[in-house]
Amino acid sequence: MKFAVLQFPGSNCDQDCVHVLRSVFGYPTRLLWHKEYSVGDADAVFIPGGFSYGDYLRTGSIARFSPVMGAVKEFADNGGLVLGICNGFQILCEAGLLPGALIRNRSLQFRCEHVYLQVASHNSPFTGQIPEGKNLRIPIAHGEGNYFCDDETLQSLEGNDQVLFRYVDAEGDLTDHANPNGSRANIAGICNEKRNVGGMMPHPERASEAVLGGDDGRLIFQSLITALENQPTLA
Amino acid sequence: MKVKVIITPKRAVLDPQGKTVQTALEHMGCSGVSDVRIGKYIEIEMDGDRETVEVKLSEYADKFLANPNIEDYRLVFED
Repeated sequence: MKFAVLQFPGSNCDQDCVHVLRSVFGYPTRLLWHKEYSVGDADAVFIPGGFSYGDYLRTGSIARFSPVMGAVKEFADNGGLVLGICNGFQILCEAGLLPGALIRNRSLQFRCEHVYLQVASHNSPFTGQIPEGKNLRIPIAHGEGNYFCDDETLQSLEGNDQVLFRYVDAEGDLTDHANPNGSRANIAGICNEKRNVGGMMPHPERASEAVLGGDDGRLIFQSLITALENQPTLA
Repeated sequence: MKVKVIITPKRAVLDPQGKTVQTALEHMGCSGVSDVRIGKYIEIEMDGDRETVEVKLSEYADKFLANPNIEDYRLVFED
């Protein structure tokens, strides 16, 4: 199993993501510069956090037109697994690979803290290995993580079980106070209808080793790895 | 030709910057403000006749300069 982690000018969580895949899980992982036209032999692609192109114009709006995103779209259209984290989520929304958009936090503040996530759907390659009933404690670090979509899109997300994570409080209650950015329906992560493209604002790569104060994020990487292992086409 | 692209958040989209500025205006004694929306303003210099420029810029505004999920835009032409 091999992984690719995209790298744009302004990405800053790319090395963290590589570290988790390469050193924590032990899989060959390579950084893929934004000017590449192919994702090569990668079995899954990670779009990391950061501030691609300085967040100019809108977050993710310029990165989505980079050559590598053409390759990612083709990879995703063919069923390849793609996970966008933070800025990666913003890029996937801009690229139209995920519905909706991430706008300025309701508070106008950059929020950098640990949050609790309820797993809204276990039926995805990104959440399949998370034990039922377990809420995840994972950090966020964003100024524009306020998930917005229109009513129709929200209904279709809920109806198709595409909401993966919601912000909850430490007791696991879905409250407005637990919502760090004003996201609709406390949404912290979603997947597409085909369930092979996921996006989330929290950073699982920053919570994959106990030494960092928690390793709940491992469960997301482990879910993806297990999903790939169970794919009949993969040796 | 100079074209101004004026981008505003859609009505249904929360605009926390606009709300904060509205509150600040009220606190400063500027009464009667019923709404504030904060958007973006882009100036583009471009060659070509108005129709061609309008067709081309609308295309790029739709796919790049504005995000139709959250923003509206209008083009203002200056000869």
